[in-house]
Amino acid sequence: MADRFLTQRTAATDIVLAVRNLEKTFTAKKGPAVQALRDVSLDALRGRVTGLVGADGAGKTTLIRTAAGLIVPTAGSVTVLGYDSVIDTIEIQSRVGYMPQKFGLYQDLTVKENMDLYADLQGVPFSDRKYRYQRLLKMTGLEPFTRRMAGALSGGMKQKLGLACSLIKSPEMLLLDEPTVGVDPVSRRELWKIVYELVEKDGIGVLLSTAYLDEAERCDHVVVLHEGEKLAEGTPEEFKKRVGQNVALVEPAPGIKARQIHTYLVGKPHIIDATIRSGRVRAVTDAYGIRAVADTLPDNWPAAVKSTPPAFEDAFMTLIPHKERRFQINAMEEAFESSIQQEVVVQTRDLKKAFGDFEAVKGLTFNVRRGEIFGLLGPNGAGKSTTFRMLCGLLSVSAGDISVAGYDLRHSPSRARSRLGYMAQQFSLYSQLSVRENLNFFGRAYGLGGNRLRQRMEWAFEEFGLGKWREKAAAGLPGGYKQRLAMAASLLHEPEILFLDEPTSGVDPLARREFWLRINGFAEQGVTVVVTTHFMEESEYCDRMLIMSLGESLAKGTPSEIRALARSKENPDPTIEDAFIALAEGTVAPSDEGNRMENSRGGK
Amino acid sequence: MTTKALFFMRMRGILRKELLQILRDPSSIALAIVLPLVLLFIFGYGVTLDADNVPMAVVLSDNGPAAREVAARFDQSPYFKTLHLASMAKAVALLNQRRVDGIVHVQSDFTAGLDKLNPAPVQVIVNGIDANRARLIQGYARGVLEKWTEVRRARGESVVAPAVNISQRIWFNESAESRNFLVPGLITLIMTLIGILLTALVVAREWERGTMEAILVTPIRRIELLLGKVLPYFILGMMGMGLSVWVGVTLFHVPFRGSIWALFVLSALFMLASSGFGLLISSAIRVQFVAAQVSIVAGFLPALFLSGLIFDLGSTPLVIRIVSHVVPARYFVDISHTLFMAGDVWPVLLPNALALLGMAVIFISLAFRKITKRLEA
Repeated sequence: MADRFLTQRTAATDIVLAVRNLEKTFTAKKGPAVQALRDVSLDALRGRVTGLVGADGAGKTTLIRTAAGLIVPTAGSVTVLGYDSVIDTIEIQSRVGYMPQKFGLYQDLTVKENMDLYADLQGVPFSDRKYRYQRLLKMTGLEPFTRRMAGALSGGMKQKLGLACSLIKSPEMLLLDEPTVGVDPVSRRELWKIVYELVEKDGIGVLLSTAYLDEAERCDHVVVLHEGEKLAEGTPEEFKKRVGQNVALVEPAPGIKARQIHTYLVGKPHIIDATIRSGRVRAVTDAYGIRAVADTLPDNWPAAVKSTPPAFEDAFMTLIPHKERRFQINAMEEAFESSIQQEVVVQTRDLKKAFGDFEAVKGLTFNVRRGEIFGLLGPNGAGKSTTFRMLCGLLSVSAGDISVAGYDLRHSPSRARSRLGYMAQQFSLYSQLSVRENLNFFGRAYGLGGNRLRQRMEWAFEEFGLGKWREKAAAGLPGGYKQRLAMAASLLHEPEILFLDEPTSGVDPLARREFWLRINGFAEQGVTVVVTTHFMEESEYCDRMLIMSLGESLAKGTPSEIRALARSKENPDPTIEDAFIALAEGTVAPSDEGNRMENSRGGK
Repeated sequence: MTTKALFFMRMRGILRKELLQILRDPSSIALAIVLPLVLLFIFGYGVTLDADNVPMAVVLSDNGPAAREVAARFDQSPYFKTLHLASMAKAVALLNQRRVDGIVHVQSDFTAGLDKLNPAPVQVIVNGIDANRARLIQGYARGVLEKWTEVRRARGESVVAPAVNISQRIWFNESAESRNFLVPGLITLIMTLIGILLTALVVAREWERGTMEAILVTPIRRIELLLGKVLPYFILGMMGMGLSVWVGVTLFHVPFRGSIWALFVLSALFMLASSGFGLLISSAIRVQFVAAQVSIVAGFLPALFLSGLIFDLGSTPLVIRIVSHVVPARYFVDISHTLFMAGDVWPVLLPNALALLGMAVIFISLAFRKITKRLEA
């Protein structure tokens, strides 16, 4: 079935990478062996971008590392430019550009010194260097920064420097391992521009892995991997064709929130996937067709359901097996009324934070109401985490006012802290302790004990499906479960306000969907949620958001208000990402009229 | 381009990178230059295994001129700071409070004993918590009494003569200063730290930051990878050694009796053995924290305790003496003690040099075999 989408293949000479029946099993001293790749075969062609698409643990990185000669296959073979990856490793390595996930840059060397290093290692003749550097620097826009330390570059610039270093010797093939992870939308778009230019002008072959499903659409050929197996391959068009007419767009009637419809549809029969896009609910159904959506929704919920052309993401969701996606939120269906109340629980006025000369946050003013999901959006380095740490009382405030749950954080941070839950960006639990021990510890740290602690732990096992992992060390949990455990730990003491710092970074599309459903559920129960994210499309799940860049607020408002900022003749139906790019590039004026927004919300 | 030209280009790249990193990273500079200085000053000025100005209580239960003469001998000794007390009870109280380290008690029948050519009793009580120090103090006290006996005999006064007259002479470290013994030993410690700890740390750091992965996919050869890691820290270690020797000789006036070239060649051997050991650790451990722990436990502590640097290996149990043979520092401590205090004594230097050469070859070839261009160890 794997080859169902196989398109006509061009002449064999155009194949730059051939993977044949590749198997890779990692054996560990302790614990079971992990089968990272199972019988995977694929080709990548010259002059094409081949995308490896899949969730975490799909085997993307293992495959790319095998092609680069870093990993020896357990069985099968990888041939790159006609050379076997195990026997002729050096031959491959002098002809291929490879960018690892962390970009492989020396933070304490300058841009130029990093380029010099890789030029020396790749044996680029001195006579070629001047021209080569010029072209690469121009292409990546790094010309003005050649003397800057790589460590002082922004995430997007690091990624471009990493790319420049991997291109230093005009490779015949480029291997990119998740090149766009943790990079802002503007930089992502620029990276794709460079990749296309290389493919079109130089005719090189590119193999790129990504967990961003929208990026798959930009590839010429897509291979979907899932848990080490190839599920399908083909052009993005072929993938979409397979989904056919089974995608519906649900426009909610006034008074009903897209989020409510979304929560309602998830997990219902015939509904494969539901997401919120541009204020509407996008639902993918099985062969039963989109009438399933209208059938499922309650009669008293008038909603316009119409068919819409499928996207790659829809195809991806129909392809991968849905093992644990059935997710129910108890008593959700009755909670139709908005739980947002008038009471303001988080308030900042002209909030500032300076580290020495560097102003990380330059005067933020915003309010969050009880029961609201409030998003802080922006690229890496925008000041989101700094703002966040101030809100949690972890960082002192340089200037301005800040109050959380009615307490002034400048005077009584510990009181405020007992009312809030915080989930840090990195996994911050004890990896050697079991799930139960972790919960027990964090519960006690928050002052729970006796029956109450036991009840809350039972609740956590139940609510987060952690029961069967109870005695397992946290280090051994699958990625999605680690995130669940971290969230459970931050909720044990039933905080009124939940602060989540980049909860979905490094989490695959499936786990992200589940995560937002859960967040919805808590918000409906009256918990206030403040969340940071650099995934623009995720902000659709927020009630309101603040977009920030370089420590300043660019825009504030509901998702539809933000989208409206970028509406134009050319783009009548913009996404949040479009709005962000327009704001960041300055093509639309920043809207930071906090009061107007506050008032417009107050009316509801 | 020829293979040779490519080799030099890659080596140039990797060496320049290492050099820039060393220059910009305060921690490696600190380890190579600041740490040796700090250790030298601590050991040179602060820590000394000699006892000076030991507070000593003197109790005269006999008031005869001979007894007072004994007391005066103690007063004049540079080793003691005396405190005259009227009764033993007071002296014992002071000893209990640790205000004095010992008591010299000239007992009441001292003069009587002298006159009758019987043994004249002088009791010396020493605080024995630190056994080494107690033995030293005891020795000093005996020395003072022997001196007094000698003087007395020279004046023609009668004393009970000891059966054997020991005439002491200390060779090599004539002033018997422990500094002369410690500073050469310290050089071993400093080179061990740079060779093992720093080498293991920088490789682990590359793994942690993901730069190792990027380096491995370039057409770099394993031998270049090895040289690129050994050479910079070899040079840094030799610089640390040079600095320590210079400070030791100029500031602490430690004698240096060997030749510079012998010091250079032999310490180069030791540095190679240390770096080889550091590389071996780094080939197995990719986390800085663990690399540091292993380097300390497997490299630094044996160099401190099993090398003869502080504890004389000759007086340790057989098992420990056998174990100490796998510690490279052991051979270099011997070499550096010899070079500093005795000179180019090849019958001593050569066996140690051969042992170091053997270890350098073994460690570096093992490290070379363990270096892989694959991610899996």
